[in-house]
Amino acid sequence: MYHISENSKAYEPSLYTVKGIAILDNDGERILAKYYDKNIFPTAKEQKAFEKNLFNKTHRANAEIIMLDGMTCVYKSNVDLFFYVMGSSHENELLLMSVLNCLYDSVSHILRKNVEKKAVLDSLDIVMLAVDEICDGGVILDADAHRIVHRVALRNDDIPLGEQTVAQVLQSAKEQLKWSLLK
Amino acid sequence: MNAFKREKKEEEDGGNPFQHLEKTSVLQEARTFNDTPVNPRKCAHILTKILYLLNQGEQLGTTEATEAFFAMTKLFQSRDVVLRRLVYLGIKELSSVAEDVIIVTSSLTKDMTGKEDMYRAAAIRALCTITDGAMLAAIERYMKQAIVDRSAGVSSAALVSTLHLTNVSGDVAKRWANEAQEALNSDNVMVQYHALGVLYQARKTDKHAVIKLVAKLMRSSPKSPYAACMLIRMACKLIDEVDVDATEFLEFIESCIRHKSEMVVYEAAHALVNLGKSGTREIASAISVLQLFCGSPKPTLRYAAVQALNKVAMSHPAAVTACNLDLENLITDSNRSIATLAITTLLKTGAESSVDRLMKQIATFVSEISDEFKVVVVQAIRSLCQKYPRKHSVLMNFLSAMLRDEGGLEYKAAIVDTIIAVMESNHEAKESGLAHLCEFIEDCEHTSLAVRILHLLGQEGPTSKNPSRYIRFIYNRVILECASVRAAAVTALAHFAAACPVLLPNILVLLSRCQLDSDDEVRDRATYYCTILQENNENSSILPLVQPPQLSLPSLERALRNYMNSPMQEDFDISQIPTAQTIEEPPPEVMTSVKPQTLRLSREESFMESLSKVPELSAIIRNEILFKSSPVFELTESETEYNVKCIKHCFSDYLILQFDCLNTLPDQLLEDVRVSVETQDIYDVVCEIPCKRLPYNEPGSTYTVLKFPEDIHSTVISLPTTLRFIALDCNPATGMPESEQGYQDEYMLEDLEITLRDQVRGVGSARNLDFQSAWESAASRNFITHEQIFALGATVNTLELAINSLVSFLGLDPVDRSDRVKSDANQHTLMLAGVFRGGKELLARAKLALTEQVTMQFTVRSADPDVAELIISSVG
Repeated sequence: MYHISENSKAYEPSLYTVKGIAILDNDGERILAKYYDKNIFPTAKEQKAFEKNLFNKTHRANAEIIMLDGMTCVYKSNVDLFFYVMGSSHENELLLMSVLNCLYDSVSHILRKNVEKKAVLDSLDIVMLAVDEICDGGVILDADAHRIVHRVALRNDDIPLGEQTVAQVLQSAKEQLKWSLLK
Repeated sequence: MNAFKREKKEEEDGGNPFQHLEKTSVLQEARTFNDTPVNPRKCAHILTKILYLLNQGEQLGTTEATEAFFAMTKLFQSRDVVLRRLVYLGIKELSSVAEDVIIVTSSLTKDMTGKEDMYRAAAIRALCTITDGAMLAAIERYMKQAIVDRSAGVSSAALVSTLHLTNVSGDVAKRWANEAQEALNSDNVMVQYHALGVLYQARKTDKHAVIKLVAKLMRSSPKSPYAACMLIRMACKLIDEVDVDATEFLEFIESCIRHKSEMVVYEAAHALVNLGKSGTREIASAISVLQLFCGSPKPTLRYAAVQALNKVAMSHPAAVTACNLDLENLITDSNRSIATLAITTLLKTGAESSVDRLMKQIATFVSEISDEFKVVVVQAIRSLCQKYPRKHSVLMNFLSAMLRDEGGLEYKAAIVDTIIAVMESNHEAKESGLAHLCEFIEDCEHTSLAVRILHLLGQEGPTSKNPSRYIRFIYNRVILECASVRAAAVTALAHFAAACPVLLPNILVLLSRCQLDSDDEVRDRATYYCTILQENNENSSILPLVQPPQLSLPSLERALRNYMNSPMQEDFDISQIPTAQTIEEPPPEVMTSVKPQTLRLSREESFMESLSKVPELSAIIRNEILFKSSPVFELTESETEYNVKCIKHCFSDYLILQFDCLNTLPDQLLEDVRVSVETQDIYDVVCEIPCKRLPYNEPGSTYTVLKFPEDIHSTVISLPTTLRFIALDCNPATGMPESEQGYQDEYMLEDLEITLRDQVRGVGSARNLDFQSAWESAASRNFITHEQIFALGATVNTLELAINSLVSFLGLDPVDRSDRVKSDANQHTLMLAGVFRGGKELLARAKLALTEQVTMQFTVRSADPDVAELIISSVG
């Protein structure tokens, strides 16, 4: 009886929907992680223990969603990177997924489709800014990757032309064309 | 520049450039920030390193943080966009550790009102993290402007910061609500969403304003899917809490099922199935959408759908049956969470015939899922056992297989709980359940569980068909386990010996071996049990010694101390001591981690403590034991000027009435508050202890002490009560009285009922009471028997109903679980036991027969003829 009454109770509507965002490498080590609810994992030690656990549960099966420690975690991986977005177990899973997609697409834009650990570390400053633009203290600021990328002021001249591969140059040219068309 | 290039090279060689960063050396590097002109690239890199370290959980001391913070402020000289934005990040990270962070206020205010759009939004968010209550007024004007700014980013940032600032000052959302209202009309979807959040925060205490807001937005359904989700949640909250006509809101939620965004569709379906008030039509349309999602290629959609279906299956199993086919397909889903939820849903909706097949399917992957979901499976099995008692053997076997698997304590405890629950509800399952548990403790790494199971074996084992088979399992623990398990095993053995005389000689041999144990506790227990088992050969008197009643220790201590102070001519009367109460924790919500249970004083003990703190009372009750405290009941309607709640504390000769009063009038201060009870000369008022001051909205207590009359029959009575006080008018804002002189006033309260239940405490739930022998031997102990036959009223048409009303009316406890009626039985014997205040033992037996009504032959035995008579007469 208790469960039923608990479930039928409406939760307080709130914009605070995201409990955490994390990017881990292929050893489960943290590259970047933000937790927005002081009541869950108040210390770095607890956070890292959770990340270890989360990584162990998710790095093999590419299943996109898991419930862990009473939280719904959606995730996505590429090469040697794992992207996670966490929310409460009552949260709309699709809403969390939209945040994850935005995170991934933004990082992918920033790194010019080269979503790998090394590239993330090389542009860590910009990735940090992007995460800050997606979610502020647990509130979704924006979930549109194009707008996010626009806001983090990507330095287009970051890499001298000589150091880019031909494919990268082509890719960035294509991107710039697409952007100018979109505007 | 050279240094930076060199570093860059190292990165290319060595992978992670941040791997071996040293806090002190990075902070050393931060001195570069002071160089003029600022080198943006170099500084950005160093700042990134600092942010990385902080993000890895590195702690900075206050001095370190403050130094870094001040160095960082120098970077405001540079106009490099990325660097400036990193500085904002740094300000946010360090604002909680560093001192004097408000030094950057003017720089940030300049950025937020400046021309550079790239700065403004982020500057607002950084500014609000360093804003405290005192600064709020200074930035208020800028914030209001920013909320209605034409740039969407700036407006969103200001709105979100407004929400964060409610922690600093509760009413900012209200103060800026006009601006938020304007922002709500923005074309930008995110601004709309954030404005809605702020408006809800501003208005949520005023339900009518929320209704207006929701109703208005419902008509022009918001463009942003996030705002639509928020609106659905607000509508749900209104339907749930406010007594409004729900149709309009329900229609809106249902219309959202046809929204073009899946997120909103799911939110609406989820809301409909979780709302208590949706009708069959709404549930059906929600379920058809969820059914569609079950076939989606996206795992998240499938997960969300099956998660929602799993919840509805509890309240509307029939409606979910339509999805059975889709759920069957999900059993083999590669995401194990989805598969588990699908199966547990099927178990809730499926027929008895499909149980075997489903259990087999779960068994194939149960080892791969997380403990959270294993607990879900166990809970599903538990409800299944209650639904289909005939399936217990399949389910028990499954549970025991799960017990053997790897798993944490929480998961194992859930399984053991389930097995015990099944055994309790189904007698046929008892033997196999005990066998499974015996097997489990052979190889159990959790001491707490082993101890619990041994205790259970001691309780249930002796009454099973073949008690001797458990002895080996228990004695193995004595040989193999740690001290606390050994001690529990010794106690369990003693239980067998006490209850089964056949086993006594053999167990005595085992116990005598335990007397050589290395642990004190084990040795003590073994010696104790050996002695009493050898001395006493009469069965009925041993049992209570082997299993002493769980008395409330503080009360026992107090009683013994009093006894020592008395002449000690009479025997010590242990029946006066209340038993320790185990407070039942509500079952933890599914899938949240179990919180550690806190040790609590029993209700009576905590009351006794608080009563003893009142000097006048402690003089009266110093040598008394609190016999029983009644539940709280209200003497006023809710939402009246004064709220009065009463708790009756029953002692053997006194009744202390505790009145908890609350004054809900902000313009009144009450003094000398008392509740006068018209005792009609039956009870004597010993004293009244008034509450001296009762300011607005602060609870206060007043006490009235009554002495019970000699004549027990007249104790059950209803007494009129009045609240009397001196009222002083006061200023609602300050709470200070406006005049020195108050006026006498009184306020009628509802009648106070003193019932039989207040004076009787049950003792039967302690299972050691041997009712039959106590009942038989009552005559030899000069007990008086009263017997009468009653026909219960027409409203009582089942045996359960009769038993429940009888138990709750008398306050006696059922013995030997005799309150459980076998299904389809039409007669039943209920055995009750308890103590009347003053330590008078009471036994009662009710033979119930069900024809169309319930007929009851009710027999009471007590040493005191008046008590027995009182009980019989109050039943009628």
